[in-house]
Amino acid sequence: MIGERGAKAGGLVLLVAAAVAFPLAFPDPAVTNYGVFAMIFVTAASAWNVFSGYSGYISLGHAVFFGSGAYAMGIAARDWNITGAAVFELLPLCAAVGAAIAVPFGLIALRVRRHTFIVITIAIFFIFQLMAFNFSFTGGSAGLSSPFLTWQESVYDTRFYYIALACAAGAVALSWLVRRSSFGLRLRAIRDDEDRASGLGVRAMRVKLSAFAASAGLTATIGAVWFYYVNQVQPQTGFDPLFDLTVVLMTFLGGYGTIAGPVLGALLVEPGTLWLNTQPQLAGASEIVLGVVFLVVVLFVPRGIIPTGGEWIRRLR
Amino acid sequence: MTALLRADGIRKAYGGVQALGGVTVEVAEGTVAGLIGPNGSGKTTLFNVITGYERPDAGRVFLGGTEITNARPGTVFAAGIGRTFQLTRIFARLTVEENMLVAGRRKRGHDRRRARELLEFVGLERHAGLPAGSLSYGQRKLLELGYVLVADPAVVLLDEPAGGVNPTLVTHIADRIRQLNANGTTFLIVEHNMEFVMGLCSTITVLASGEVTASGPPDVIRSDRRVLDAYLGADLEEDPDTDADGPGAPDGGGGDGETGDAADGS
Repeated sequence: MIGERGAKAGGLVLLVAAAVAFPLAFPDPAVTNYGVFAMIFVTAASAWNVFSGYSGYISLGHAVFFGSGAYAMGIAARDWNITGAAVFELLPLCAAVGAAIAVPFGLIALRVRRHTFIVITIAIFFIFQLMAFNFSFTGGSAGLSSPFLTWQESVYDTRFYYIALACAAGAVALSWLVRRSSFGLRLRAIRDDEDRASGLGVRAMRVKLSAFAASAGLTATIGAVWFYYVNQVQPQTGFDPLFDLTVVLMTFLGGYGTIAGPVLGALLVEPGTLWLNTQPQLAGASEIVLGVVFLVVVLFVPRGIIPTGGEWIRRLR
Repeated sequence: MTALLRADGIRKAYGGVQALGGVTVEVAEGTVAGLIGPNGSGKTTLFNVITGYERPDAGRVFLGGTEITNARPGTVFAAGIGRTFQLTRIFARLTVEENMLVAGRRKRGHDRRRARELLEFVGLERHAGLPAGSLSYGQRKLLELGYVLVADPAVVLLDEPAGGVNPTLVTHIADRIRQLNANGTTFLIVEHNMEFVMGLCSTITVLASGEVTASGPPDVIRSDRRVLDAYLGADLEEDPDTDADGPGAPDGGGGDGETGDAADGS
């Protein structure tokens, strides 16, 4: 008999094999493009979940880190004349920029809770978007373009797919590590009752800020990858309010505070959104569909597909 | 015996309402002390001041000679004072075992072993993998006691440990307190269940309107006219032997309709 652990391990191996084989099985760049964006959002949603899913602090300001990562990559590559695949050596720097921004951001926002925290994250998000519009080093409203990558067109999407897949694997691994660690336990205790956790000696601010910075670093990393994939960043695309809403929807759809939930949510929502955007007769429908899906999730599967599905399976047994 | 915990002249007011008017309470090392009084007499406020959840307007708190007045709750906990709450504060979405590990500060393996031992001690070992939110109210009381004990506190403050718990579990909780006390843990207990208090505590302090009305051993408190008038009422006056059966006797108060053996109440 294969136990639950065996089934999980088998499922994970199959999933990894399918993810690795995807661009080989579907070499059409248009299809690989779906895969690249799916992996970008698997990373972003998992990173968001590492902080918001485990701590209960719903951040609607993670686009700050996504955009900052993109701009950090663009500015560093431009100012230091880095070209070709060497730009990807800048990814740790982009992660550091995201984490560094998260520290003062968190020191302000994490003093408050619930809806007040959400409002502050939105306010800080708009400050960053405005800065991107108004500073000269960010290129103003024109934004930045990425230096040319000398990759052949036939392998361009595939290479980006594997880079994004590596980021996604890193994000899921981090999520898994945090979930299993005593650090993650304290983070989840904060989610349930922060005052009580503090009363038991949990250094709440330190724990929250560390998770916020780690989550920000990952989000900035994938923002940098995204910048190079789409070749440009502008204030309204790097600091896009829809980014946070999409990531939140993905995580809630799959399962808030779980490891697999954000992955499933991103794999369902992102390709669906991309497909809708390519249908001329459905122009603009993706936002409406996202809104409807959000409502359905909140009303009917508030805990997300993974926890609710798991409960149904247990009941059937 | 020396006082392990001393709250000295504690004053606390909310706006114009005085909750504590210069209360002094001492708990001797190795004892089980009781704190009783009518609703609104300031018992929980005193607990909050001692454990750092509220700041006193005046007065000082000492633990073993070290002043801990205005220390943060986490610092008070680290200093050796654990507490439970009147309305249990467990981490509902964590498993029972994970709840036990939140307060752990030693190596993970050691904390896990200690958590398992304590779960067995409070009778919740069979529920270790369940979400804590699925426990009954009485089991939550036991879990809260258990996770506080993980840090081996010198003093444990229990806020109505028998409140709303079925008589079987009340007996179980009383037994656990006796056993811990025999091993050296000091307790200060707020409780409305008089049988529970009279059966467990060696000294009792009575609060009324934020003032200490009386203090002494259960026999003295039981016969104190001011206490009878203010709080205990006719029950004990008419039936002075009610503590003979100890806490958790079949007619023990505070049942919530739970049934089942010890910590298996559903």
